[in-house]
Amino acid sequence: MAARLAYDGVVACVPVTVPYRRYSVNSAHWWIGRALHELTLGAGIEPRDIDGLIVSSFTVGPDTAVGLTQHFGLTPRWLDHVPMGGASGVIGLRRAARAVQAGDAQFVACVAGDTNHVDSFRKTLTSFSRFAQDAVYPYGSGGANASFALITKNYMNLYGATREDFGKLCVAQRDNALAIPFAMMKKKLTLDDYKSARAISDPLHLFDCVMPCAGAEAFLVCREDTAKSLGLPAVRILSTIERHNAFPDDPIQYRGGWALDVDELWQMAGVKPADVDLLQTYDDYPVIVTMQFEDLGFCKKGEGPDFIRSHTFTTDGTFPHNTSGGQLSAGQAGAAGGYLGITEAMRQLAGTPIGKPVKDARLAAVSGFGMINYDRGLSSGAAVLARA
Amino acid sequence: MTAPLTRPKRKDPLKKTRQPLYPQSVRSRTAQGLTAAAAQGRFELQCCSDCKEIFYPPRDACPKCLSPRVPFVPVDNRGTVLAETTIRTSTDPYFRERTPWRAGLTKLDAGPVVLSHLHGDVQEGARVRLDLKLDKGGAPVLIALPEKDTPNMADDPQLREMTCDPKFRRVLITDGRTAVGQAMAKAFSEAGATIVFVGIADPWKPFPGEDALRKIDKVEIVPLDVTDSESCTEQAEQNGGRIDIVVNTAEHVRPGGVLQRHGLTVAREEMDVRYFGLMRLAQAFGPAMRSRGADGVNSAAAFVNLLSVHALMNWPAYGAYSAAEAACLSAAQCLRAELRPGGVKVVNVFFGPLETEWFQTVPPPKVAPSALAKAVVQALQRGVEDVFVGDIAEDIRARLAVNPKALEREIAG
Amino acid sequence: MASDLLSFAQKVAQGSIRVVDLTATLTQEFPTIVLPPEFGQCAPFRIEEVSRYDERGPAWYWNNITIGEHCGTHFDAPIHWISGKDLPNNAVDTIDPRNFIAPASVVDCSKESADPDFVVTVDFIEAWEKKHGRIAAGEWVLLRTDWSKKPFREYAGMGDDGAHTPGPAPATVKWLVEERDVHGFGTETIGTDYGQAQHFNPPYPAHFYMHGKGRYGLQCLTNLDRLPPKGAVIVSAPLKIKQGSGSPLRVLALVEEGA
Repeated sequence: MAARLAYDGVVACVPVTVPYRRYSVNSAHWWIGRALHELTLGAGIEPRDIDGLIVSSFTVGPDTAVGLTQHFGLTPRWLDHVPMGGASGVIGLRRAARAVQAGDAQFVACVAGDTNHVDSFRKTLTSFSRFAQDAVYPYGSGGANASFALITKNYMNLYGATREDFGKLCVAQRDNALAIPFAMMKKKLTLDDYKSARAISDPLHLFDCVMPCAGAEAFLVCREDTAKSLGLPAVRILSTIERHNAFPDDPIQYRGGWALDVDELWQMAGVKPADVDLLQTYDDYPVIVTMQFEDLGFCKKGEGPDFIRSHTFTTDGTFPHNTSGGQLSAGQAGAAGGYLGITEAMRQLAGTPIGKPVKDARLAAVSGFGMINYDRGLSSGAAVLARA
Repeated sequence: MTAPLTRPKRKDPLKKTRQPLYPQSVRSRTAQGLTAAAAQGRFELQCCSDCKEIFYPPRDACPKCLSPRVPFVPVDNRGTVLAETTIRTSTDPYFRERTPWRAGLTKLDAGPVVLSHLHGDVQEGARVRLDLKLDKGGAPVLIALPEKDTPNMADDPQLREMTCDPKFRRVLITDGRTAVGQAMAKAFSEAGATIVFVGIADPWKPFPGEDALRKIDKVEIVPLDVTDSESCTEQAEQNGGRIDIVVNTAEHVRPGGVLQRHGLTVAREEMDVRYFGLMRLAQAFGPAMRSRGADGVNSAAAFVNLLSVHALMNWPAYGAYSAAEAACLSAAQCLRAELRPGGVKVVNVFFGPLETEWFQTVPPPKVAPSALAKAVVQALQRGVEDVFVGDIAEDIRARLAVNPKALEREIAG
Repeated sequence: MASDLLSFAQKVAQGSIRVVDLTATLTQEFPTIVLPPEFGQCAPFRIEEVSRYDERGPAWYWNNITIGEHCGTHFDAPIHWISGKDLPNNAVDTIDPRNFIAPASVVDCSKESADPDFVVTVDFIEAWEKKHGRIAAGEWVLLRTDWSKKPFREYAGMGDDGAHTPGPAPATVKWLVEERDVHGFGTETIGTDYGQAQHFNPPYPAHFYMHGKGRYGLQCLTNLDRLPPKGAVIVSAPLKIKQGSGSPLRVLALVEEGA
């Protein structure tokens, strides 16, 4: 296979987070608009300078990215709608980077935003996908929680992971979130709290599940010299991978698409997993976090539980992980959940985190995952970022 | 171990009746292949005609070779449960009030991994049989049952949601004057119904079997004439609130065609007994049944129509009869849609000639009234909604599926 | 001086001429004649509400009814039977209306009719005539059996070989027509004929002989026990159905007080 083109001369900058709210009467359009606004202000550019746009959102319907161009008064020459849930951040980054690299656009705004009306969670579920409609929703309508409960149970059966292992991850992420003012979860979480919380769908309990909310995340992709001329701190993209419907013959999902492309991720980046200063995984559920530790090469398949037991995951721990609390503690603002790892990594690499800093953060890995269609998450992606 | 159902206590008349709900019943067009299989109690999945891959969920092209030839065919329903979960909270109103609800992933011997409901006697790692059933909303769902029948298996609460089991329910047999009606009363009494109301019209006319009928355990004779609107209304006013299953045994069988008959009086009777009779019963008993679809162990469950298979293809020797049966079939399809919001199933049971007096000159194979009654009870226990009883009915169904026009000619002789 | 007719009307209004309703109420439960299943059947009385001060008709109540010509208390015209099919003016719409008013002899055999197979003979009627006077030409002969008081099951008298209800012997009917020139024959039971009259010779003589000679029939009458043996005047006008063979109707008896 031909070697992949490096992302030379392209950077991501201006991480934007529109503070989350549990429920919002505003539309997804409002939240996306807020993020776009903050992007222009943060970058010191005019809205009309945005000539590339990528949008991810579950609740912006019936619009897609096209409708939003007229809504926001943009006239882009490059446009994409990326409906890939938690993988949208990494995938959006990859798309935008190539567009800028090829000269197809100068400023690509990558935005994910979702509202959360009181019943929007149920509406999203009922029409999530054809397979969900035909083969999942009628079976207890437990939502993603039930689907991931089965994946969790299977993983626990296969590799002896315990609730304590998963709880350790959740407790650490909560500690990280306590320093984030807009995080949804504001109380310290102990392992006892975690274990004794009410059952949602066995073996998952309350703190294994994210809290859906309204919010938006965004960043800008442009040429490195453009960012420099605007005085914007930026991150370089050392490598990215993307995969959909990996390992379709695995009876139950115990590994994600990263496992297919992990070698390429590190080869292209020219670094090793051990070189990374912080990792932002997609944490819809702790079992998926554990899979990312394995499939991204931080430990071998099946050694996830051991890896958890032998590391600490707070911002100041032996393995800084989901340093803004991740979705499990900051909240899942729909598709923005796929972006929050990227914006947090960008801030840590720039030395301007909202919460506690990771010491000497120069290299970060971010990972995305999402789109549970029938019984498994279909989309995965990862990127290695470096301080520019 | 499934706890056996106990006879429900008398309902507290001051308590609000739980309103019927049902799971989301939207399905893609292709997934309706599962509906067709579940309606008749078959287990079918798609199998690629070209590469033979069996897959699930339903798709419009083979996921191995992309062939568009992906029909539903019977497949081996055995498998092993890989993982289970107990759902404790749901945003869906139906499941929300029925948690905890168990679901699991099963690897079928035939290949696919399927998400299904789990019978209470099924554990992780167990060998199971998968069954395709119609859930409370009439939509197809998979349920994993124990490999072999277990004690009180039918009483499992999740399974009972998908069936119309007569056990502990109260049944109305609309006409007990006939051999079919009497066989039906006996069969439901033996199937565990709490009461078997049996309607008798024209009580001033004696009928054979009357003494034996009155002696059947749990039978209660009530006045009911399906040709009399007032009679149906009155019976519904008296007992409609405690009738969970209606079996319409009112029959009218006469030979003769459309052209071949002399005059319309027999045809009027046919339509009055069969088509209008069905409408009267639907209007009288339907509304209360529809509101009681979630009313406890003895909730309203089913409206059973006994239909000649010639409702599907006219048999000219009994042509006017066939036409009246066809009218009933169409009406039953309408009723099915009307009762569905209440979680009440309309069950259509098709049969060829019966071993009864008006089919006397028809050569065998014919269906005995007791066999028909047994088939009806089994259909309710399994929760199927389109049933074909006997060799002739099965034959007609098979031939209709291949070439209806050929059948039309063949039946006319 | 008031004319006879006006004074008649006054007496009815005052009650010195009693109006006795000889009609059974039309209900769905009322038994009808049952023929062998291979034959066409008489439609029973059925009623379908059209509206009742509701969305189907806000200020009114009305029904559609279905009924056979020979259902409930009803009138038989000569055209009803094969023996009368060619007689002139033999249908309900062509019978001269003066024939709808006629006096009646009411023959009481209520005691004997405790036996469902009681057959009325000429002797029995002649014995009745000795006590009450000769049956005059142009009179109805009404058979009082009190069977209209029975519950429907006994009233229908259905056994496993057909109906068992009292009625006239063939010779009796022939005699009534030829020797007494009666207007017609009326009963309380379903049918003017004896229940097992299919075995008579000729079968169904009350129909065969009466209609064969252009006489009329009345069936399912009630309240015959309130009539005097002689002197009652019967009003029995059937519906004017085109070529009708009979119809349900209101049968009224006018009885002078003190009679």
